[in-house]
Amino acid sequence: MTAADIAVGKEAEDRIAVASNWKLVWWRFRRHHLAMASAVLLIFMYTIVLVPDFFSTQDPERTDARQAFIPVQTVHLFDDGALSPWVPAIAGKRNPTTLRMEWTTDPKKKVPITFFGTGYKWKVFGLFETNRHLIVPVDPNQRIFLLGSDRLGRDQWSRIMHGTQTSMTVGLVAVALSVILGVVLGGISGYVGGKTDSFIQRLIELLQSVPTIPIWLALSAALPRDWTPTQIFFAITVILSLVGWTTLGREVRGRFLALREEDFVLAARLAGCSRMRIILRHMVPTFLSHIIATSSLAIPVMIINETSLSFLGLGIRPPAISWGVLLQEAQNIQTLALAPWLLIPGLVVIVAVLAFNLVGDGLRDAADPYSH
Amino acid sequence: MTRYILQRLALLPLLMVIYSFVIFVIIQAPPGDFLTAYVATLASSGSSISQEQIEAWRAQYGLDQPMIVQYWLWVKHLAHGNFGLSLEYQRPNAELIGEQIGLTLALALFSFFLTWAIAIPAGIYSATHPRSIGDHILTVVNYVGVATPNFMLALILMWVAFAYFDVSVTGLYSPEYADAPWSWGKFLDLMAHLWLPALVLGIAGTARLSRIMRANLLDELNKPYVVTARAKGMKEWRLVLRYPVRLAFNPLISTIGWYLPMLFSGSLIVATVMNLPNIGPLLLRALVNQDMYLAGGILLIYSFLTIVGTLLSDVLLALVDPRIRVEG
Repeated sequence: MTAADIAVGKEAEDRIAVASNWKLVWWRFRRHHLAMASAVLLIFMYTIVLVPDFFSTQDPERTDARQAFIPVQTVHLFDDGALSPWVPAIAGKRNPTTLRMEWTTDPKKKVPITFFGTGYKWKVFGLFETNRHLIVPVDPNQRIFLLGSDRLGRDQWSRIMHGTQTSMTVGLVAVALSVILGVVLGGISGYVGGKTDSFIQRLIELLQSVPTIPIWLALSAALPRDWTPTQIFFAITVILSLVGWTTLGREVRGRFLALREEDFVLAARLAGCSRMRIILRHMVPTFLSHIIATSSLAIPVMIINETSLSFLGLGIRPPAISWGVLLQEAQNIQTLALAPWLLIPGLVVIVAVLAFNLVGDGLRDAADPYSH
Repeated sequence: MTRYILQRLALLPLLMVIYSFVIFVIIQAPPGDFLTAYVATLASSGSSISQEQIEAWRAQYGLDQPMIVQYWLWVKHLAHGNFGLSLEYQRPNAELIGEQIGLTLALALFSFFLTWAIAIPAGIYSATHPRSIGDHILTVVNYVGVATPNFMLALILMWVAFAYFDVSVTGLYSPEYADAPWSWGKFLDLMAHLWLPALVLGIAGTARLSRIMRANLLDELNKPYVVTARAKGMKEWRLVLRYPVRLAFNPLISTIGWYLPMLFSGSLIVATVMNLPNIGPLLLRALVNQDMYLAGGILLIYSFLTIVGTLLSDVLLALVDPRIRVEG
């Protein structure tokens, strides 16, 4: 080992010695390549959540019964070696026995498309109007179906973009609610102790032994029919987080019980800190990274639950679009055999859940100071 | 030990009372009652009922009473094993539920055993061959298994079977056995159909259990007693199965507490998608049609199964782990 190597090693050690906890977590997280890749994917998906219309090729509600069950039109970037993106045109033929239109893609006929072109009008964050889209056909009268169309001739690609907005937000909001409930109730339970503690603990036990899916279904069935999609959306997130907070509540209580006797808490109390300040400034930061890791593992569970409820027809309801609502179209096996691309929203669910799980695992390992 | 079990059993009625009340509040929450829904269905099919008849029914079912009185009537009937009458099917609810509860339990329990039968060998293999190709493949399968919603897997399997092999994997019996009385042939036919939904239902649990098994066993395998046994020349497979595997089991048993209930309520989704005779689809229909006493009855049964599942795991854990027995 040369002197230079030792100097570098020493420098790295110094860096670790003065780094904040968050920096250490970040350095450890960065080493998980799969988790990093998943994090990038999730950031991309949340970009879609912000502006789904920008990524759509057409209005997700636009129906045309004459263009039902159009197959996937794959995007090709090059035409004869030159950069000129296109999708194959579709050709329809009526089946003489079933009298149903059967569509095929015809790669010989090309429909030119363009990036950042103009299409239908939409509002950025509901504020100002624009008609820019990521991908649009050059001829504005053409319709392109990047992921096929459903039985009403709606464009699945655009619908998935809007479904992403709903489903990813449900997961996030439901987990945020669970975290608030879990930290507040778990914190009170662990810090106050006594009768309050045993009451909250019994409540948690009661909620944890609830048959989740049947009760969720019953609760969603009890929602008034005349509620707006937004009201239904918030009701569903509340229903989902009703059980979700208990696990976190237990963990937070355990941490509080362990920390309550620590010297630094006693010191803070002697220095005259208020109870709220002790909890928020001194105790919570010691296990905040742990909470973040746990909640990032809770988001995918919420997404799966929302998708399942909506799929059964008792979650998010049309005209709102979520991944589960889209998968309702795939309920019939005969339809599925005819139009297998209707399963694509399910693949999106799997990819999103997988990404959340990988990021969550990476965060959990990174947040654990004893892991190497 | 007996005392511990008795204590837990004594809590069961109390829990059921709390659940029954919560369930009643939920099922009668939608606006209108099942009579309004029923009258609407009748009206749409053309037959009409006089206002007096409706009022008479309302009084008969106690629907004109305040909620708490209705609840009391319901519980009183339940205590006598009377689950009420389903208005949609015009049959006693107890009969409707009774027909399907057996297969509901069969599906969940079969799935449970299938899960353990797959997860434990897979976990042991992964732990004894860490970072081998097999371990990596199992890890990928596990991640995808956890990430795939049950109904999605069911849909994919049904689609593949239908589109490529032209077989239908829905239902639990072949047509010739559907209404036949129980026989050996019918049982074999049931088993031939049951494994696929059971596997679909259990896949996420299998993935999680085998991860837990792998982690536990890896911890055990690094302990000095294993090194000692190996140094003394003990055969590797015998050593692994005899000591570390047994120790790695304990945390798995505590998973029964959440896993059995998860299977009971998860079977609802799989059964609905795969069209199985199960109380899940029955509940779904009852909820949509506001057949409130049928829905209430089924929800109570789900709650009961959940509590029993939790109880079972606590008792098993106490049997296996002496420390809990002493504290309990």
